[in-house]
Amino acid sequence: MALRLDDRDEARLAGTEGEALRMATSIVARLAAAMDAERLLDVTGAHVDACLYLGPATLDFADRMADAGARVAVPTTLNVSSLDLRHPDLYRGDPDEARAARRLMERYEEMGCRPTWTCAPYQAEARPGLGEHVAWAESNAIAFANSVLGARTHRYGDFVDIACAVTGRAPAAGLHLDANRMASVVYRLDGASSELLDRDVLYPVLGGLVGRSVGKEIPVVDGLPPEVSEDRLKALGAAAAATGSVGLFHVVGSTPEAPDLATALGGREPDRVVDVTPTDLRAARDLLTTAVGDRLDVVSLGTPHYSVAELGRLTELLGDRRVHPDVALYASTGRDVLREVELRGWVARLEAAGVRLVVDTCTYVTPIIDADARTAMTDSAKWAYYAPGNLGLEVAFGSTEDCVESAVAGRVVRDEGIWAGA
Amino acid sequence: MPEPVSGPVPARVMVPGEAVGEVLRLDEPLSFWGGMDPSTGRVIDRRHPQVGESITGRVLAMPFGRGSSSGSSALCEAVRAGTGPAAILMGEPDEIVALGAIVADEVYGTSFPVVVLPVDGFVGLVTGQQVEVAADGTVQPA
Repeated sequence: MALRLDDRDEARLAGTEGEALRMATSIVARLAAAMDAERLLDVTGAHVDACLYLGPATLDFADRMADAGARVAVPTTLNVSSLDLRHPDLYRGDPDEARAARRLMERYEEMGCRPTWTCAPYQAEARPGLGEHVAWAESNAIAFANSVLGARTHRYGDFVDIACAVTGRAPAAGLHLDANRMASVVYRLDGASSELLDRDVLYPVLGGLVGRSVGKEIPVVDGLPPEVSEDRLKALGAAAAATGSVGLFHVVGSTPEAPDLATALGGREPDRVVDVTPTDLRAARDLLTTAVGDRLDVVSLGTPHYSVAELGRLTELLGDRRVHPDVALYASTGRDVLREVELRGWVARLEAAGVRLVVDTCTYVTPIIDADARTAMTDSAKWAYYAPGNLGLEVAFGSTEDCVESAVAGRVVRDEGIWAGA
Repeated sequence: MPEPVSGPVPARVMVPGEAVGEVLRLDEPLSFWGGMDPSTGRVIDRRHPQVGESITGRVLAMPFGRGSSSGSSALCEAVRAGTGPAAILMGEPDEIVALGAIVADEVYGTSFPVVVLPVDGFVGLVTGQQVEVAADGTVQPA
């Protein structure tokens, strides 16, 4: 059946409410047609990724919308930009690019978006609930909204995010619909030690394994301990969304649409069951590293943006120690999380230890890291996946503990103990 | 080795348009943000089998989408910079790819078609062959 627009959508498409609503409705309707949607539906919020400056096209589009008077119709948060407005000295790039990036940020604020500048909008107090339709972009945020919150968003790309925000409408298709939210591939943890199951580092590694192998299907993970923390689910989803195209995953006993395996599968038999052995996990971990040897210039943490709990853990792991003088340790987070961490007194402790805190952006989307840096270490599978291409450096993946110990030692060190039995 | 496409293959249109060009078959999906440099049109994902290849003016064949939602911006910027593909032929629909083409058309009035081929048609796309994409989505040797 072809797409049928309601009278209000048709009127907007005809331009009766101005050019901004015409263009926004046109983008939503054209995407809806491409998705074989039969209608549009209302959304209660949006998260916009188009605010990251990626060249003149991103600004040309925002100028067109803002000049035409576009205003968001629903509460709308903004993803990372190219600039850290709290620490502008961190930026090492071209000043003209910085001006264009700043202008882009202003244009989205003019449209009424909240200047949150974070890839983890779900770490704020207001977030969508179970079954709520939203239009989110940013691959890790999409995976978190659908999987951990049980909200409903399709995998939206740049531009349609703000178009949905301005119209309050989205295609009734894809992950918005019940029928498309059931898992069809089971990943069954088989033989992992209880020690490994209890370590943060398992989750980004597992996410990378799932993302690379699940294709277009929806995965469900079985065999993890109950009530996996939000930070661990965040790391799993970010990895799966970066290495694959995962917009929704289920974890039995942890995510709201997977109280048990049968429910996650919608009562059907799975297409595939993948047994994940400790050997598979170790191989997936090794795929995240391109660096050879123990040279270390940079450690980058906080992709996606670190939560309050994760920054607390970093503070605790560092203790009274300092980052080695030959290593730059960056930790990225949202400005709202930074404010809270500041109140707890951790910012002073982290800065005294030599940690460079980054807000509003991320170290792999903009020139922050020294161009001479050759080897970086990270606890993020997503960062490990993108940094070699974006920044032209070699990457070593490790646990957060490994990253801290390496930053202090000035060379890559890893605790192989938890993987040894693997 | 699969036989190259020898006759017309009907496809589902995601973004309409007409194109002619040489096929570049991507053996794995590519994230256009972080995986392709819009200033050069080259694949920069070092883990990708086609790293270093140019997408400019090529008919890209890609099994399904991958990765960043900024892929739409990267594709739109490639169109603006003149480094974009002639067409993208998918094995499975991908909205992030489609959006890059839709918005390039809205903002610059120029774009590229995005179509989804059936499995038996998709396997026949071989790097180097010249193909034509018609307005109704039909793909055939040029």
